[in-house]
Amino acid sequence: MADNVAKFGHDDASVVVVIGTGSGGGVLANELAQRGVKVVALEAGGRYLPEDYINDEWDSFAQLSWGDMRTTSGDWRVARDFANLPAWIVKAVGGTSIHWAGASLRFQEHEFKALSTYGPVDGANLLDWPITLAELEPYYDLAEKKLGVTRTNDLPGLPGNNNYLVLEKGAKAAGYSKVSTGRMAINSVENDDRMACQQTGFCFQGCKWGAKWSAAYTDIPRGEATGNLEVRDHSHATRIEHDEDGKVTGVRYIDRDGTEQFQRARIVALAGNSIESPRLLLASASDRFPDGLANSSGQVGRNYTRHTTGSVYAIFERPVRMWRGTTMAGIVQDEAHHDPARGFVGGYELETLSLGIPFMAAFMDPGGWGREFTTALDSYENMAGLWIVGEDLPQETNRITLNRSEKDRFGLPVPNVHYDDHPNDIAMRNHAYAAGERIYRAAGATRILPTPPYPSTHNLGTNRMSDNPRDGVVNKWGQAHDVPNLFVSDGSVFTTSAAENPTLTIVALAIRQAEHIAAEMEKGAL
Amino acid sequence: MTVTHISPSGSDVRGLTRRGLLARAMAAGATFVVGSGFVAARDAAWAVETAALKPETMAVLIQMARDIYPHDRIADRFYAIAVKAHDNPEQAQMIEEGVAGLNLVAQAQGFDGYLAAGWEKDRVAMLRLIEHTPFFQTVRAGLVTGLYNQKEVWPVFGYEGESFSQGGYIERGFNDIDWL
Repeated sequence: MADNVAKFGHDDASVVVVIGTGSGGGVLANELAQRGVKVVALEAGGRYLPEDYINDEWDSFAQLSWGDMRTTSGDWRVARDFANLPAWIVKAVGGTSIHWAGASLRFQEHEFKALSTYGPVDGANLLDWPITLAELEPYYDLAEKKLGVTRTNDLPGLPGNNNYLVLEKGAKAAGYSKVSTGRMAINSVENDDRMACQQTGFCFQGCKWGAKWSAAYTDIPRGEATGNLEVRDHSHATRIEHDEDGKVTGVRYIDRDGTEQFQRARIVALAGNSIESPRLLLASASDRFPDGLANSSGQVGRNYTRHTTGSVYAIFERPVRMWRGTTMAGIVQDEAHHDPARGFVGGYELETLSLGIPFMAAFMDPGGWGREFTTALDSYENMAGLWIVGEDLPQETNRITLNRSEKDRFGLPVPNVHYDDHPNDIAMRNHAYAAGERIYRAAGATRILPTPPYPSTHNLGTNRMSDNPRDGVVNKWGQAHDVPNLFVSDGSVFTTSAAENPTLTIVALAIRQAEHIAAEMEKGAL
Repeated sequence: MTVTHISPSGSDVRGLTRRGLLARAMAAGATFVVGSGFVAARDAAWAVETAALKPETMAVLIQMARDIYPHDRIADRFYAIAVKAHDNPEQAQMIEEGVAGLNLVAQAQGFDGYLAAGWEKDRVAMLRLIEHTPFFQTVRAGLVTGLYNQKEVWPVFGYEGESFSQGGYIERGFNDIDWL
């Protein structure tokens, strides 16, 4: 931590309070601080740096995961397999940017126009984004530079590991051509005072070399070094308060000692990920906002997307040792486009993935047992694996609500996550399973394991952006339609999910939002 | 973890000598020996003491664990370590009743008890009849971490665990596949 780290008073109403310090909040906090804006960032988790990360799946999970009680409903398999763990995200300074695998893809132009490109789809609440790819491109440039994305700004691609080499061989043999080690926010060479990837594996457990970008050891300390950013860890936000004019006045939170505090604020920016952010808005209901803060549209918590996903693992005659090296540096992009002739709208990416034995046992076929299960694990050394990441369709009924019959350790209602697969999601997943099988068969696989979705890592859409205040929660700046000094700064603002891993877009939006907020403050408009 | 490895030559810290074990033991099927407060391997290579559970119950649990996640190259003691986690007062009644129920299922199939069925397929058929019970699901779910998170079994699968302490795989075979 920097020596001149700021300390602001609870009564200081001039600060911007940012709730959450991940790819959205952590970047926003730093970008505001760099522009001279005073920021208090509230983070529910603790502070962990590369030397603290644990290269052991369950120990790391215990260290970093958001493990607070949650409930689930709906027909998605996660509700059955992991009833109290709908999402695999992080509670720590730096948020899920500690856990992410580094895949950094720009959205495609048509993905900002889902409704006009796909047309209305039964059961889906499709909408065009209020921004275009062209508007976001300058910020994608800045985000790629910040994250040190390979294959941008003259940074070389990462070398392919064993898992990638199997994918590449099979994909090309199956007729695919857009196959590479991808655009990754993992250093292929020393860059930005961080070293190059050492092919250690355990990208999901926090990069012990710091080769992968994470806000935890880049934006956060850089923001603190300006003297404009105070990060309060172990500070769990419980309610956003407002005044008689309907403007937010500050944030209630429980500090590390379990004491309730109130931090006054000029502006509040919410970046708690797509489950906690709508939860906090719903929990901040008042006489003036009886359905929850910023919820005149009724859309807070709705349109929850988590990507059409699943994995394909394949067993070969000889060893692969897929766990060695960068977890996700491998991608096939030939199916990422929109082509309704395949039987679904939108597209999907196929990306290398591997799990260690502890997580493979937990996630390969949750609930499975017997020889079908164990003979697959017996061939673990000979496995290759890929992950499906595809656009899933927003549905109004897929939503975060407050479960008033279950309370967390502060006595507050826990969030319930409801998700039903849309027929489009199922058609896409089945298409992707078949593509994965074709790829691995072409490389000589003897057995295919179509693996169901894990607890969600990409949680999106629950406070979506819209032009019209009736259709969404925030405008194109992430500013609440109903409350001018309240912003949302995480993936919950995604109007639709697109097919790509969301972090790069979250970062680009956060940089853009910081520029906007700072300019509006300068003008006295905020 | 109170699974004791007994040296072939003699005694261990708990006084469960090979000779003592075998002298005090009663047969539990053909697989294990069960004595007062313990279950041991037939070759007395290991023993697990029981606290809240009957040793006969522990013997069934160990076999049941192997039948749920059968890995022929993983020794019984790792299954014993995994199910030992249920040997506590909070779970004892549920586990005892579950095992008693499983033995009743076995008897309905014409066996003296679960451990009396010699073929895995017969025991698995019994487990399929109870797989939706909280007892079965508790044992199965416990094994997912209790068995597979034992670092000692990882080499059986070829899994190498962490590599940071050795500098990762950049110089040690991250791309060494040679058969493609």
